[in-house]
Amino acid sequence: MELQAVLMAAGGGSRMMDLTYNTPKPLLPVGNKPLIWYPLNLLERVGFEEVIVITTKEVQKMISTDPKVKLDVKMKLDLVCIQEDADMGTADALRHIQQKVKTDVLVVSCDLITDAALHEVVDLFRAHNATLSMLMSKAHEFTETVPGQKGKKKTGEQRDFVGVDGTGKRLLFMANEADLDEGVVIRKSIMRKHPRMHIKTGLVDAHLYCLKKSVVDFLADNKSISSIRGELVPYLVRKQFSKSTNSPKVIDETHQNLKKNDSNVNLEIQISSRDEELLHLTQERSCWNDHRGDMSDAYHGGRLRCYVHIMDEGICYRVNTLAAYIEANRLAPKLFDEPAVHPSAVVSERCLIGADSIIGASCQISDKTSIKRSTIGVSTTVREKVKVTNSIIMHGVTIEEGCNIQGSVICSNAVIGRGADIKYCLVGSAQRIEPDALPFETLLRPPCLRSTLTPTSTHRSTHTQCLFKQLNRNNTCLC
Amino acid sequence: RGVPYQTVTLIHQSMVKRLPEHVQVDDPAVVKRLAKKLERQQIPLRSDYGYKVSLFSHLHQYSRKAPLTQLLSIPSTVIHPSIVRLGLQYSQGIVAGSNARSVALLHAFKQVIRDYTTPPNEELSRDLVNKLKPYISFLNQCRPLSASMGNAIKYIKKEISNIPSQCKEEEAKTKLLTCIDRYIEEKIVLAAKAISKYAIEKISDGDVILVYGYSSLVNNILCEAFEKSRKFRVIVVDSRPRLEGREALRRLVQRGISCTYVLISALSYILPEVSKVFLGAHALLANGYVMSRVGTSQIALVARTYNVPVLVCCETYKFCERVQTDSFVSNELDDPDDLMVTRKGKTQLENWQDVSSLGLLNLVYDVTPPDFVDLVITDLGMIPCTSVPVVLRVKNLDQ
Repeated sequence: MELQAVLMAAGGGSRMMDLTYNTPKPLLPVGNKPLIWYPLNLLERVGFEEVIVITTKEVQKMISTDPKVKLDVKMKLDLVCIQEDADMGTADALRHIQQKVKTDVLVVSCDLITDAALHEVVDLFRAHNATLSMLMSKAHEFTETVPGQKGKKKTGEQRDFVGVDGTGKRLLFMANEADLDEGVVIRKSIMRKHPRMHIKTGLVDAHLYCLKKSVVDFLADNKSISSIRGELVPYLVRKQFSKSTNSPKVIDETHQNLKKNDSNVNLEIQISSRDEELLHLTQERSCWNDHRGDMSDAYHGGRLRCYVHIMDEGICYRVNTLAAYIEANRLAPKLFDEPAVHPSAVVSERCLIGADSIIGASCQISDKTSIKRSTIGVSTTVREKVKVTNSIIMHGVTIEEGCNIQGSVICSNAVIGRGADIKYCLVGSAQRIEPDALPFETLLRPPCLRSTLTPTSTHRSTHTQCLFKQLNRNNTCLC
Repeated sequence: RGVPYQTVTLIHQSMVKRLPEHVQVDDPAVVKRLAKKLERQQIPLRSDYGYKVSLFSHLHQYSRKAPLTQLLSIPSTVIHPSIVRLGLQYSQGIVAGSNARSVALLHAFKQVIRDYTTPPNEELSRDLVNKLKPYISFLNQCRPLSASMGNAIKYIKKEISNIPSQCKEEEAKTKLLTCIDRYIEEKIVLAAKAISKYAIEKISDGDVILVYGYSSLVNNILCEAFEKSRKFRVIVVDSRPRLEGREALRRLVQRGISCTYVLISALSYILPEVSKVFLGAHALLANGYVMSRVGTSQIALVARTYNVPVLVCCETYKFCERVQTDSFVSNELDDPDDLMVTRKGKTQLENWQDVSSLGLLNLVYDVTPPDFVDLVITDLGMIPCTSVPVVLRVKNLDQ
């Protein structure tokens, strides 16, 4: 077997708590399909037959019981559950399944929606015998207004600096603005080997990684690494140029000191493969070199290599913020060609449904409604004379007569009273909007359970649904 | 040539082997047969790219931007992963050069043999050969097989078929792995050492040696000669679009040999300085012709004009039973987009496909007649070009 797919679906969706406090992120509906369907569909299309899905017990229960969550994929899904509040990073999750990993892995995140040609990433991994190969894409500006935000929100996102070589494939440098104090620091050893480096910002990391099996084994020995994106990838990128990976002498010594638990050296032992001399002979006799202008061999003699494929065009979104969620709902229909109006939906004749709207199964759309550029979820009831524009309506929502919904997100099982005029709002799950209400640019979600705290009790245990996990000085909840 | 050769062919008429069909892409019947064979083996068919010059329309022309892997499923189940990796490395040129390709092929076959398990009611000697056939078709689609690879495959198939049926699987596998290691050791590594020993006798102090492109064997010879303190300098001749001479130049200069670098257009200018020409070969054909990188025949021709001795270095495992007198009938067409050059941000040939009367031709090999070659240095000794069929006959008798 060549590659095993691992899907990380245990993330909390901490940057869009307004949507995920009731529905776990992997099951958020995008284009009326659960978010987890998109990466699973991608893996199925390229030919995977089995996927290891790391998720929480809640998600596993919902997948097996809830009829609205239909994952019609033909692949065999091996669900591995982890504790919800164990606060496991992605690398911790990989360590958790180390026994199941038998070959190189392809790690995908559950919030990735893309139509990328995966073979580009995997070909880099294969052809150059790389340790890491990842996918990135040029970031597109989000054009839709995000509901519930008064005015333009300042992008507090920290930039990522990605350095690639002249071909644009070899990954030389990766750092986040948060880790840099004053400026971008690039070691002289890297500049000596790669005098021309292109540093790019404004790239979206698709969180799709091809990793060698030796990296997973390395993670098992190094329990301090907890996140793939935050710690493992920058570590591997830095390790490409460290002295220990490049000198063959060190490898001989370490073969003798195999018992030693030196974390720095473990990775190198694990990278070397059988028939090393034949590979070396091939490289010696081959006239290929990945760079020119200096006296070193191909890859500068380095055994650890990291590659990246940067997509110029095509869809690639990570649905981890509200803005991304809305943008994904606009574009997701282009990824699959199912009819826009589900055959089981009951749509009356005198309603106007725009070409870029999606109507889910078992919906009831009454007369004189107008639905433009919107997504209507499964089992939603829309009564007469309702105008829905540029909005996302999730499952089981009831919209009474005469409502006007514009640029909003209505979460599952909400009820919108008659005559309500909702502009650019987010209505939380199972909320009721009073008739004739006029909310504008607000977030309507339930307050958390208020209670007085004793000095010894922890915030988390009593405020499990609290969106503000902070306390002020009086130990009362900020929400 | 002459009577002895003719009697040889009379004796061996009963053992005449049918050589594999020449590539005939412009014959639809042959193409259909190939497509059917690939479908049976579950290998996708790689489609040709771009307009082909009419003289070479019977050959395949592929684009590097359309690898065969985009038609395969990603965790490749039909084809062993190391073969997929090898095919990618061939088509992207990461493994290039006759020796490197053969060693990489044998390395991949070792992985295949290690991971192989005999299905029940099957014999290893027959089943393993059948397993290898789709892999070879796949590699052929990625890049046409070289003569050295063909000989290596023949050897492996013979070794597998010769495994006795009562042999246990583990034992058979270890036997095959050691056979492969021995083949590489004898035919490539030790042969290179033997050839260096003979060739160094031909290098005298004060020589100016001309080499063309990158030949691993010739580079090896020059490095060994330098170690044995011969005083010489090297002129490296290079040609577009591959520009392999740059790599040869780097390796020679790294050792400390003083080199000059010219493009092939300056050949007649530089030749009066040259005392010897060392050429590598991709294959030596049965009629004594040398098949090598395109441009080699030019070098041999001009060197003959200037009365400079031309020495071809070639291991015996690259000797091929094919007979060719021109470079058209059997060759390889590389990606025509390699001929495009971007200077100052402008690519002149960017839209060459839109011009109906324009065809880009990127040939890989050409054949040099034996009249231009003075000596062939092989691991069996130094022989004239016309003795190649004798060596082949001796090899066949051995087998």
